[in-house]
Formats: sequence, structure tokens, C-alpha cells
Amino acid sequence: MTQLDFYTLLPVMTLTIWACVLLLVDLFILSERRGLTAILAVVGLLVTMGVSISQMGREATGFNQMIVLDGFSNFLNLLLLLTGLLGIAVAYGYNRRMGIERGEYYPIMLFSLAGMMLMAQASHLIMIFIALELLSIPLYVLAAFAYPRPESEEAGLKYFLLGSFSSGFVLYGIAMTFGATGSLAIPGIVAAIADGTANTSLLLIGAALILVGFGFKVAAAPFHMWTPDVYQGAPTSVTAFMAAGAKAAGFAALLRVFVVAFPTLSDQLTPIISVLAALTMILGNVIAIAQTDIKRMLAYSSIAQAGYMLMAFVAYGNPAVQAVSVASALFYMVAYTITSFGAWGVVIALEKAEGKGLAISDYAGMGKKYPFLAACMTVFMLSLTGLPPTLGLIGKLYLFRAAVEGGFITLAVIGVVTSLLSAFYYLRVVVNMYMKTGDPEVARETWLDFTIGATALLTVVLSVVPAGLFAWASQALFIALK
Amino acid sequence: MLNPWMFVGLFLIVGLLIPVAAIVLSALLAPRKPNPIKLSTYECGMETVGDSWVQFKAQYYVFALVFLIFDVETVFLFPWALALNALPFFAVVEGIVFILILIAGLSFAWRKGMLEWV
Amino acid sequence: MVPVSYYLVVSVILFTLGALGVLIRRNALVVFMSIELMLNAANLAFVAFSRTFNSYDGQLFVFFVMTVAAAEVAVGLALIVAIFRSKHSIDVDQLSSLKG
Repeated sequence: MTQLDFYTLLPVMTLTIWACVLLLVDLFILSERRGLTAILAVVGLLVTMGVSISQMGREATGFNQMIVLDGFSNFLNLLLLLTGLLGIAVAYGYNRRMGIERGEYYPIMLFSLAGMMLMAQASHLIMIFIALELLSIPLYVLAAFAYPRPESEEAGLKYFLLGSFSSGFVLYGIAMTFGATGSLAIPGIVAAIADGTANTSLLLIGAALILVGFGFKVAAAPFHMWTPDVYQGAPTSVTAFMAAGAKAAGFAALLRVFVVAFPTLSDQLTPIISVLAALTMILGNVIAIAQTDIKRMLAYSSIAQAGYMLMAFVAYGNPAVQAVSVASALFYMVAYTITSFGAWGVVIALEKAEGKGLAISDYAGMGKKYPFLAACMTVFMLSLTGLPPTLGLIGKLYLFRAAVEGGFITLAVIGVVTSLLSAFYYLRVVVNMYMKTGDPEVARETWLDFTIGATALLTVVLSVVPAGLFAWASQALFIALK
Repeated sequence: MLNPWMFVGLFLIVGLLIPVAAIVLSALLAPRKPNPIKLSTYECGMETVGDSWVQFKAQYYVFALVFLIFDVETVFLFPWALALNALPFFAVVEGIVFILILIAGLSFAWRKGMLEWV
Repeated sequence: MVPVSYYLVVSVILFTLGALGVLIRRNALVVFMSIELMLNAANLAFVAFSRTFNSYDGQLFVFFVMTVAAAEVAVGLALIVAIFRSKHSIDVDQLSSLKG
């Protein structure tokens, strides 16, 4: 053990220690002053963010190469910390309004976040499994956080059952990979494959099982059935956090494991992944059209977005386009995180107790009564569709370019067509807000308004100057392991 | 030459035979003269009160859950304790940190009133 | 010495039984037990492979899986108890208040 070991894992450790301490400190905070816990959690996130920023551009491995610190993990750590900050900002007022202001909320969220960050840094299959569970188990709890509301309890149980089912697949896939290569460390797996000592068929089964397991986590069709129910039943603040964070972490692990460890399997896996991507884009967008509940609609939309991200992943075995695919996937993750948080923020603003205010028709008349919120929501809907002047458009352009360069023109065409299709349901929200009359009731909360405004601003501004962000994402490379 | 697995098989057969024989013999030989007192539930000699199918207080399940976690987490402490002499100083500290985390969890449960017997 | 393929066959059978149980059974507790069966099938495979490769990594992993599974059990059972209190049933088919 050296100091370098700890240095590589410093952001995750800072956050974990902070969460443990916060859990205990919260016990002594009076219930009237619960807001203090949220503020302390934000301080923890900011401290961790400072640590992460100080690690920018560094590359190191620690704990016998179980943990890596590279451009990729640093980029994702910062993105995930941003997710955490936004998650707390939207939860702060919402939890109070819904009567679920329990102090455990924030420490549990920090634990989940630590799991996500560990996932981005893990380079050993044991670490990946532990990170997966560390991010999932707190999310099961958070999904059921509004107990005794039956919808929330139900969402929690469903998420729990399907989540642990998918963990079972990941675990069995890891076991098969171990059996095929005799190693659990990614460098060891790479070496075994290079030596030709690996059992190819066993390895393929392992990789496929890992793909299925993570397919559940990132809500890719046909493993998406839990998503709408869980997203609808969970408290909306949790849904927003889960949609952005769990997806980014799931893709982080997929990218690292497949790009670094399994590039030789791409001949067999690429067809499977491209079918998954196409299916996910089509199913998500088509079913979303029929939804009348905004949470369900956004849930199907998040499935569709997972399909777009999978598209970047198809060409992972082709070294020529690998770098640009990873960069465009990361860029799209940022775009999706910012946009979806904004959209969920508007949903939170309109939601009332007992699950009222969640129908798309409840948005009628927003344009007149709340021009600011309506304008922001319009930006988010345009961005999710992929229309200018938004980040979603730029993200999709990068993704489609990566797919075309990798030779997956059919997939890119499916992507464009389904994006056009998605305009139908996204713009329906906009039409409802501006063309129909109604009297919506909105909760104004400082932090919520701030989040919505800031994410809308970012969505537009970053779309004008995307080059810097994309250049940063392009430098977010995997460390070369010996 | 006897297969070493024969012993396992033999052990299984004998192990099954003895209890089965005991049950069958007692069923055949024992006299049966039931009366209400004999049929009542045995509660260490006290007289039975109420039905034996009662709902347990839900309070118990929180104990069970807390126990479950702490019971299984000690799995890490056994190898640590066994190898304590051979471990470098740092690994000893790591084990202590692990115990501290467990203590933090325990004190959380305590403060939340989960350890109180209602 | 029993060859590793025997263990692997048992493990695959256990895993399949677990996966089938999740898909077929309707009682949340039984579904949950099936998931545990899947995890333990993986554990068996880990220990068997660990023996063949003469490496402790697999056995080590089993420790972690066991503890992680315990954490999962605690959360899962708490959720099931909460559902049972409000619905007086843990049949997963009756969990249908979320639809659209």
C-alpha cells in the first residue's frame, strides 16, 4: 500500500467517508432543520469535485491495478458529481413538499454516487461487481423512499427484483469470464486473450451475460420492462437522479469492460449490440407516443436515449473509430444528464401530492402563466428530440457521425428516423403548453428554479460552443494497462 | 479396491436408516391413549395460552435484518483475524477501519431506535 | 478428483433453475430466493474455477458476493415486508398500480 493507491481512489473515498459521517451527523439534526443535511451533502460533493478537478490530466493505477485513474474516469467522476449536485437541488424542495423529508435521503444518495464513481474507476471485475451493487442497493431504497405510498413501494420492489436479477446475470458472466481466462483483473484478461490461453466460447458466454446484465441497468430493450414502472412510481427527485446517474455508470462499465477487455469478441458481439441498439431506439420511441403520463413518457424517452448511446458502442472493436465513439458517447451522456435533469425539474415543479399534476394535459396553459418554465421545458423537449439550438442536436450529430464512420449506416438511419418520430411526443408537450388553455399550478422553489434555468442555459450555450466539451471528451481515454 | 466415495454413500444410507427405523419402531410399538392435555402444545411445562399460530410483532423483523447484515459482514473478520500476525501494519489498520464502519452502522440503528425491545 | 466440468454443469443447472424461478414464480419471496440461487450458482462456478486455476481470486470473490447478497437480502426483505403490510399480499401479479 502506498499513498499513490489512495490517491487514485481519493474522490470515491472522500465521498464515502463524507456519507458515513453525514449519516451519523444527521441523527443529531433536528427534524425542523433537515435542510442542513442537504447543505452538508452539497459541501461534500463540492469537496469531492475539487479533489476530482485536481486529478485532471493525471493517470495512475492503484491497489494492484484494481483501480485506475485516467481521463475517462476523471470525466465521468465530474459528470457524476454534477449529477449528484443537480439531484440534491431538485430533491431539496420536492421532498419537503411531498412529506418525505427524511435525513437518510442524502447520505443514501451519496453512497449510490460513490458506487457510480467506483464503477467508472474499476478495472477489476470484483470491483465492478461491488460498484454495481453499491450503486444499485441505495437506489432500491430511494425508489421506495416515499413509503407508505403504495406506488413508491411497488416501484422499489420491482426495481429491486429486476435489479438483482440483472446483477445475477452480471455475476454469472463474470464467473464465466474468470473460467475462460483465469483472471478477474482486466489486464489479466487482456493478457490471457492475447496469449491465446483463453477459452473463447466460455469467454463469449461471459461477455454476453455481462452485456445482458448491464442492458438491464441502462434500460436497453428488450430488458427495459421495469423502467416505466419504476420511473413512474419512484419519487420524481429519485427518478431524475436514477435516470442520469445509473445510466452513465452502466455505460461507463460497459465501455471500459468491452473496449479494453473484449475487443477480440467484437465480430460476434457487434451484431448483437447493433440489434439491441436498433430495438431500443424503435421500442422506446414508439411506445412513448402512446403515453399520457409525463413520467412514463420520459421513462420511455430515457429508454430511447439509451438506444442512441448504445449506437456509439457498436463499433467498439474497431480501433480506428473507437476513440471517437467513446468520446461521442461521453458527450451524449453529458447532454442527456443536463437535459433530462432540466425536464425532470419541470415535472417536479408541476407535481402535486397524491401523484396529481403528472398528466401531459396538465401542462396546458403553461406558456401564458409561467413563461419562464414553459420556455425552459421547450428547450429540453427540443434537446431530447435533437433539434437546434440545443445540446441534444450536437450530441446526436456526433453519435451519428461515429456510427457512420464505423460503417453502421443502417443504424444511423434508424437513429434519424426514430428521432423524427420522437418529435411527435416531445413536441406534443410544447403544443400543450402554448396552444391549449388551462390553469396549471406550479410550486416555485428557489433551488428548483435555479436548476431548471441553469440546465436550460447550459443546453443552449453548450450547443453553440460544443468544441471545448468534445475536445475534453476526446481526451478522456482509457489508460493503457500492462 | 473400494472407491473412497463408497464411504460417503454408506454414511448417507446408514444416516437415513437410523432415524427412519426409530420413527417406524416408535409408531409400531408405542401405545396410543390421547387426551386433551397430552395433545396440547408443549410450552416448557407451563399451561398453554391461546393459539400457537399467532402473528409475531413486526418489531422482530428489524432485529432479524440488522442481525443478518452484521452476521455476514464478520465473514471478512475471520481471515483477517487468522492472518493477523502475518499481516503488514496497514492491513491491520484497514480491518479496524472496517470495524469502525460496522460500528457506525450499529450506532445508526441504535439511535433510530431499532434496537429497542417494544 | 472430480473434474471442473461436473461443477460447472451443476452450476449451470442451478443458474437456469434460478432464472426460470424468477420468470415463472409469482410469490415475491420465492422470486427472491430464485435470485439468491442464481448468485450461488455463480459462487459455485467461482470456487470450482478457482480450484482449477490454483488462484484465490475466485474464492475471494465468493466472500464479497456473500456479503453483498446479505445487504441485498436486508433491503429486499424490508421492501417485501413493507409491501405486505400495505397490500396483505406479496404476489407480484397484484403489483399493478403502475400502468400506462
